[in-house]
Amino acid sequence: MKRHTLSVLVENRAGVLSRVTGLFSRRGFNIESLAVGPSEMEGTSRITLVVCGDDREVEQVIKQLNKLIDVIKVSDLTEFERVERELALIKVAAEPGEPRAGVMQIATIFRAQVIDVGPKTVTLQVAGDPEKIDALEGLLRPSGIKELYRTGRIAVLRGQKTVRSEK
Amino acid sequence: MTTTGASVLIEGLLRQGTKTIFGYPGGVVLPIYDVLYDSPLEHILVRHEQAAAHAADGYARASGKVGVCLATSGPGACNLVTGIATAYMDSIPLVALTGQVPTGLLGNDAFQESDIHGITMPVTKHNYLVKRAADLPQVIAEAFYIAATGRPGPVLIDLPKDVSTGELPDDVVFPEAVSLRGYQPTIRGHPRQIEKAVDLMVQAGRPLIYAGGGVILSGADAELTALAERLGAPVTTTLMGLGGIRGDHPLNLGMLGMHGTAYANYAVTECDLLIAVGARFDDRVTGRIETFAPHAQVVHIDIDPAEIGKNKPVDVPIVGDVKHVLGQILQRLPGGPKTERWLERVNGWRATHPLVVPENGLLHPQGVVRALSEMLRGEGVVVSEVGQNQMWAAQHFCFKKPRSWITSGGLGTMGYGLPAAMGACYARPGEQVFLIAGDGSLQMNIQEFGTIAHNRIPVRVVVLNNGFLGMVRQWQELFFERRYSYTELPAVDFVGIAKAYGIDGVLVDDPAEVRPALEAARDQDGPFVVDVRIEREENVFPMVPAGAAINEMIGERR
Repeated sequence: MKRHTLSVLVENRAGVLSRVTGLFSRRGFNIESLAVGPSEMEGTSRITLVVCGDDREVEQVIKQLNKLIDVIKVSDLTEFERVERELALIKVAAEPGEPRAGVMQIATIFRAQVIDVGPKTVTLQVAGDPEKIDALEGLLRPSGIKELYRTGRIAVLRGQKTVRSEK
Repeated sequence: MTTTGASVLIEGLLRQGTKTIFGYPGGVVLPIYDVLYDSPLEHILVRHEQAAAHAADGYARASGKVGVCLATSGPGACNLVTGIATAYMDSIPLVALTGQVPTGLLGNDAFQESDIHGITMPVTKHNYLVKRAADLPQVIAEAFYIAATGRPGPVLIDLPKDVSTGELPDDVVFPEAVSLRGYQPTIRGHPRQIEKAVDLMVQAGRPLIYAGGGVILSGADAELTALAERLGAPVTTTLMGLGGIRGDHPLNLGMLGMHGTAYANYAVTECDLLIAVGARFDDRVTGRIETFAPHAQVVHIDIDPAEIGKNKPVDVPIVGDVKHVLGQILQRLPGGPKTERWLERVNGWRATHPLVVPENGLLHPQGVVRALSEMLRGEGVVVSEVGQNQMWAAQHFCFKKPRSWITSGGLGTMGYGLPAAMGACYARPGEQVFLIAGDGSLQMNIQEFGTIAHNRIPVRVVVLNNGFLGMVRQWQELFFERRYSYTELPAVDFVGIAKAYGIDGVLVDDPAEVRPALEAARDQDGPFVVDVRIEREENVFPMVPAGAAINEMIGERR
């Protein structure tokens, strides 16, 4: 079992996300993370998927995705140099005084931004690779995480390489 | 001047070459039916929407063209689903049109609303929910293009009522060609892969061709036969591949797999090169996959890359249209290897392990199928239902042409045969269309006797009537200690039912009456039913038990 990051360029049409996710559940593939948004090309979106499976399973996933008419291109970024990022918004209990100071200190170390402060809470925004967010979450947990929002992962290849070449 | 979405829809179908559609009216498709009222497009009114889908599917299989069916929203659309799924599993080009509640009511649980777009996503090659009448010309063109090209399959178009009634300028432009950036099927095989395959073929001592429905779909029967002859390689076909090579060709081993011939299954187990052509290593073919063709290198030719390596690791994958790729191979293949000794072995198995037709004076189904085969001599179209009747037909009928055999393979849909036979009659007017049915399957869509009588559709029905759900009973006999749990069906007078609908028929309970009854059916100028009371507990043999290797057959001398 290996983790794969797939970049899927799709036509921006109604139902396309449901086609993609339906395919995963129907064929018994697991999605670990999913993020969708418009791409640089008008009328298209990028879906970044993180899936777990052995090589044959992942090959099947890619082939089945390619069969969808609304899928323009599927790229497996796993073997390439790439940057992966995820965004998290974390609301933490932080009473004024020592507790708040502790939270702020951890935030500084992780270069997390404070985006909201309430009488008893602080909300942090942090971007980074998933391990960094896991680590921050771990450190904040003793303070009391009230709410945690994580986006799916997105990924981009390093250097000049792109994943937009024609299918 | 303006026209309506419904008019543009029908105009679009006619432009695609559609001559006949199968359908059932209802509330939200009234605007479409109003256009059909005086359209040159022929519409056949079925008695249940499922039959419309199967009839369109049978039409597609018999003609090679796209079949079209039409149903209203909600229950009508849902009733198409089994037929769409049947076509999907067997890669049959179909365009299914469904009415939908007006766009303003979508998602409101309106009367007869169902999310057929969502429901059919897993069983269509692609589907559309049209929101604007102006999109119709493009959507129709895309739907037919997607259904018919690449690996064919069903495409559904959901049409809200206000799209059908929507106004369009009457000089609507229909696109001449379709190009989709997310859909570009590979037709030509990669030259380097072709070379590798040819190298293996030249070196093989015991080559075997395993041909599937892709041969029929791409019209590659001549190329398949040429390759077999050039290589001196025997050919076994799947259920879907029957007719891809003449049944009486000396290199043809018939069907392989669960109810394949013993000699085909032995050949698979012993071959050193397996050339899979438009086939998908389905579990009913392979048995236990680890022991399927254990000594063989595998060449796999298929237009769908996802089929290659899905079930069985492959040495030389070739993605492309079967007809095209076989042509490429034939261009490069110098001559065949020496296979005389291999063919001797295979023909030895053929001689010692033939398919058995019991001859004891009783009425056996195998004999009925053989009598039909001898009478038709490979002409016309044979359609089957699903179950024992289907397997006996596949084993004992000698198919001589592609598209002469129509059956639900992948989904195994009981009730498929009768409506599919109707579709075949419209696709091949003037030809004999025989349905080989079981009494269980026939009762699943028997209401279509109404459609057949109404339109005098010349379907000849031969019921292999054993008063059982025979295939399930066979499994109960063999694997559940003859505990016949809910598989016995009380006797039905099919001739009586037929007559009530206005169709003639005859009951046969004596082997001597079989041939005369079949001839009577053939000589009718309309539909006819032959109700044959066969031996009730006849089994389909050989049989590979579920999960066994395909050379481990029961009902077969070792």
